[in-house]
Amino acid sequence: MDDKSDNSLAFQAAAGDSEAFAELLERHYDRIYRVSARILFGENELAADVAQEVCLKLHDKMSKFRGDSQFTTWLYRIVVNTAYDALRAKSVRERIEQNYAETISLHVTEHGSETDDSGWLYMALSQLSDKLRSTVFLVLEEGLTHAEAGEVLQIPEKTVSWRMHEVRRQLREMAVRREETR
Amino acid sequence: MNDDLARLKDALRATMPQASAPVREQAISAVLDHCSRQRQIESPSDDELEMLKSAFRNTVPQAPTSVRNKAISAAREEFDSRTKGNGDDRRLMDKTLKFSALISFIRRPVMQISRPSLALVGSTVLLAVGIVSYQIVVTTYLPMQSTQYSEIDSTQSPNAFLSESLQIESSFMSRSLDKNRPEPEMYPMESAMDSDIHDSYQTGVRFREFNSNSVKLVTEEPVSTFSIDVDTASYAYLRAMLQQGIVPPKDAIRTEELVNYFDYDYAPPETADQPFATHVSLIPSPWNPTNMLMHIGIKAFEPDRSEASPANLVFLIDTSGSMDQPNKLPLLIRSFKVLLSNLASDDTVAIVAYAGSAGVVLEPTPVSQRRKILDSLENLYAGGSTAGGEGIRLAYSLAERHMQSDGVNRVILATDGDFNVGMTDTDELEEFISRKRSSGVFLSVLGFGQDNYNDELMQHLAQSGNGNAAYIDTISEARKVLAEQVASTLFAVAKDVKIQVEFNPELVSEYRLIGYETRMLEREDFRNDKVDAGEIGAGHAVTAIYELTPAESGTGLIPPSRYQGNESNLNSDFDSEFAFLKIRYKLPDAQSSTLVSQPVTVDHYHEKADLVPHDVRFSAAVAAFGQILRGGRYTGEFGYEDVIVLAKEAIGDDQFGYRNEFIRLVRMAQVAEPPVPPQTVEQRLYDSE
Repeated sequence: MDDKSDNSLAFQAAAGDSEAFAELLERHYDRIYRVSARILFGENELAADVAQEVCLKLHDKMSKFRGDSQFTTWLYRIVVNTAYDALRAKSVRERIEQNYAETISLHVTEHGSETDDSGWLYMALSQLSDKLRSTVFLVLEEGLTHAEAGEVLQIPEKTVSWRMHEVRRQLREMAVRREETR
Repeated sequence: MNDDLARLKDALRATMPQASAPVREQAISAVLDHCSRQRQIESPSDDELEMLKSAFRNTVPQAPTSVRNKAISAAREEFDSRTKGNGDDRRLMDKTLKFSALISFIRRPVMQISRPSLALVGSTVLLAVGIVSYQIVVTTYLPMQSTQYSEIDSTQSPNAFLSESLQIESSFMSRSLDKNRPEPEMYPMESAMDSDIHDSYQTGVRFREFNSNSVKLVTEEPVSTFSIDVDTASYAYLRAMLQQGIVPPKDAIRTEELVNYFDYDYAPPETADQPFATHVSLIPSPWNPTNMLMHIGIKAFEPDRSEASPANLVFLIDTSGSMDQPNKLPLLIRSFKVLLSNLASDDTVAIVAYAGSAGVVLEPTPVSQRRKILDSLENLYAGGSTAGGEGIRLAYSLAERHMQSDGVNRVILATDGDFNVGMTDTDELEEFISRKRSSGVFLSVLGFGQDNYNDELMQHLAQSGNGNAAYIDTISEARKVLAEQVASTLFAVAKDVKIQVEFNPELVSEYRLIGYETRMLEREDFRNDKVDAGEIGAGHAVTAIYELTPAESGTGLIPPSRYQGNESNLNSDFDSEFAFLKIRYKLPDAQSSTLVSQPVTVDHYHEKADLVPHDVRFSAAVAAFGQILRGGRYTGEFGYEDVIVLAKEAIGDDQFGYRNEFIRLVRMAQVAEPPVPPQTVEQRLYDSE
């Protein structure tokens, strides 16, 4: 099966081929979970729920997949939508903010220094807006091109590029600030 | 400065927790790898980004194997059960699945019960049919336990499910069917993703997706069957969105709900023998002069409320944290005050709040003790998370303890739909509501707020409870739903109301039902009393509009053939009949249905639209608006400006100003354009920013 492309598996699955469907799930579950867990930082159970929800609705979605874009791009879009939907609940957002705060303080106290650099990662992420954060995940972690990320987020490619530029600018500022407070 | 960043980068790599050395090495080399690839695309200076990227590599979230396996096997089961069509194995699904699982549960059994005929379409004259009839006056709604209030909506969900199953079956038919937008391949991104956009709620709001009804050839599908829908939630939602300059997603537009939002002054039945009267008229189609519209208007009898038995109402109020917004709990409290002032003094009201823990705020109290009820309402405050299930059980048990055996027993759920916490058994909940319906306690749902409103769930719940769902965005809407229409909102005069139209191919070549996509029924369902359909409340008006292409217009695709009138008592002179209209309904306490029918003949045709009642023309304007918002596939050049002109001519006396408001909304839609593409993920993510 390995030689089959995602797209052809998707078409087979849409036509009712259960093996093809299973193969797609195997191939992509980790991706689905990863993106969910990034967006729903620290809410791992919720991320697992979201991943499962995506898997469950994949069948319906599949029949509407027409191969105009990459299967993975199409899949990311479903995952991002579903995860952001979960994020919509105010309580979830609050918990996630809390998770960032706790993670950051954890790193600070563990190492006895606010200059800890992995704390910095979470600090950086927590200070980015949701928009920038989602763009960062897709581009940096998932390795999508700006055009693909734009397709997932339904924004123009230029906007993705601008956002990445903005992220860089903000990170740089953060670094400078850290320098100054040292 | 560059040194600092470099140092930061090194430190970041070195101190990343939980990553073993080989993993780290691998990550770093992958990053370098990626770097070189990405460099070609991006500008070279991304130190900071690379830092982040490499940090990501070391912290990739991964699901535990058990979670992974569970998800995959659940999805495979789901897949198999769908493709093999054995829908009733309600396997025990993990409770964390929440809504989406719930919804797919429901969908499957429904698919089995009936497969929706891809219904109608056509294009042409407006037939306006107004039906009015009297009903069993008082007896109607006083009577049985299970009938009382359900007027509006009970049909809606089953049919909605039907439409959903329809979609699944025809899923290869492109979604572009219902758009006037260009073909999908020209918009690869959109077409491929459509489905997600729609049912993943771009604004966080969930709508069931559906395709507009298409044109049907009379010779192929002479019979069109659907359930009435007296819901109006879609209009209120549309209004709320347009007022913010946003055109809602297509799936949020249910054209029949827009049309039925307005109060049409069709004549009611003259005697109480029939629960409603029916009026039909045919007029030239405003957007396609060679076509006609067949307009069917139904007006329910309105019994005198003072003769009714006391009503037993339990307000079930969501006081979770998410309700703490001006357009939610405070509006809800004001809305209930409106309702209160429209109840009779011996009606009783109880209040149950649900949030972190459910509680009875007010035991059933006669409306005569108004002060006490108001105090309880005003003491509600939002806080805690939502556990809707428990609250619903409590509300039902309260309603049952104070059951009015010959009166109305109803739980009225008010929520923003944020059931995310604690709803571990949503399928069980639906079953629970259905069960209670047969014991005589019905459920109505009032939706509040926009950001989180779960339209689909609300509709499901109301449907299960034989009730209606309304969306309340302003106090004036509360007044409309709860005061002006209190009788129709709470008291049904007929239930399971189904409409079936058989067209005569001699006169009609094509037809298309406007709206009601989520209400379509199979032809055979019409006579099947087991198939649920919509309720009509006292005094309610319901409108359905078909567009017809006359056979002689030369625009039809298939030559006329003999009239296939094999299932109705048609008159002999078919050559003057466009169609034969049949309506089935059950009295609120009846188990079997009653049939009323009438031919639609050339006598119903009004060449000059201005001889047609204002109501008929106004409803055509609203229907045009809904179609344009859904993509305007069949409305051609007819635009918002034309809608305004048509609506203005037909505005009538517009006592409450709703029609003027409609015209303002059309103007807002003009400004709010373009509706395509709908708001992106982005928008719904970040409306809080």
